[in-house]
Amino acid sequence: MTANDKELAGPGDIEALLPWRAAGTLSAEETRLVDAALANDPALARQYEVIKDELAETVLLNENLGAPSTRALEKLFGAIDAEPARGASQASGLMARLGAFFGGLSPRTLGWAAAAAMLALVLQAGIITNAVVKQSGGYQTASSTVSTAGTRALVKFKSDATFDQITAFLVAYHGSVVAGPQAGMFTVKFGDTALSAKDAEQLIAKVKADNIVTFAAATQ
Amino acid sequence: MSATQAASDESLIGRIAQGDRLAMQVLYGRHHVRVYRFALRLVRKEQVAEDLISEVFLDVWRQAGKFEGRSAVSTWLLAITRFKALSALRKKRDAELDDETAAAIEDTSDTPEVAVAKKDTGNALRNCLTRLSREHREIVDLVYYHEKSVEEVAEIAGIPVNTVKTRLFYARKKLAELLKEAGIERGWP
Repeated sequence: MTANDKELAGPGDIEALLPWRAAGTLSAEETRLVDAALANDPALARQYEVIKDELAETVLLNENLGAPSTRALEKLFGAIDAEPARGASQASGLMARLGAFFGGLSPRTLGWAAAAAMLALVLQAGIITNAVVKQSGGYQTASSTVSTAGTRALVKFKSDATFDQITAFLVAYHGSVVAGPQAGMFTVKFGDTALSAKDAEQLIAKVKADNIVTFAAATQ
Repeated sequence: MSATQAASDESLIGRIAQGDRLAMQVLYGRHHVRVYRFALRLVRKEQVAEDLISEVFLDVWRQAGKFEGRSAVSTWLLAITRFKALSALRKKRDAELDDETAAAIEDTSDTPEVAVAKKDTGNALRNCLTRLSREHREIVDLVYYHEKSVEEVAEIAGIPVNTVKTRLFYARKKLAELLKEAGIERGWP
């Protein structure tokens, strides 16, 4: 117990649980007890309304604290790289490169934008993870699951292209990033079947004309 | 957090224990913002909070094999964060990080008095939340923002369950006092 806790009049048993009731983290039994007390005690109900305000403002305060820069991620993986290797899987250099790429697209951004971008990255990572697990039943790298068929192109996206735009682009063209970025360009594989030279040429022309693409050229 | 995500977190920890960097990235992406915000509320310095999250997740990388799943991964992360934040505060106690005298996180809100004049009680409340002691900030955040149960807070803060309840109660009373000083009466206590 600290100086902060040394007070004379403590809370009642139910009163003490009100903040957790507001946060929704009580057990079903405790919730039932608290709700019954709230229904029968107007003073407790008034305090509960105050607590709900506190909770809402605490959430708002924390959400406004923003997010860390990519420096923390870089530092972490730099340290991990320096650790002794272990285990069977050394997955996903690709994800690291993607993370670094998207981190580099925009300046350090505190707030919702950064959080949303990282969420999108995580969602994609999650999808890849699930795919890896489902396909292999064990551990494989993401890149090892990529088939070799399909048309490949070097693609450079506009510097202000968002993660959502790039994701939509990949979905629209049935594309997947298989390597990069190198010199700001990704190797993207389109589809899973080989196209004729003419069809491939038309596809690359279409990709090149996309409004988030600044460069596209066929590659092996 | 849903039971599904908790199970998924545990699965990630299992893979991290085997050296799976992708699993590490997913876990980092899932939790780093909340870890950062918890650290920032404790140490009040963005640079220090960023350094801390790298250290926290490096600990996860190193210790994943020892994680026994007795608590949620998010609870484990916050406990590590708290430990490292307090260590950082102790190291810098006489310097720029002194808990009570440090320049607070850049605070864009009005002072409580100005907020009251603007009839913005939410703004005043947020301002007063930043003025709580470190222990009170910590428990308020863990319960209201990180949605931790009584038992989980006890585990993270290393205090008995009953102390968790009373500490939050007194944190709330202190908050009410700060608001009262600013001219805001909320009908409690």
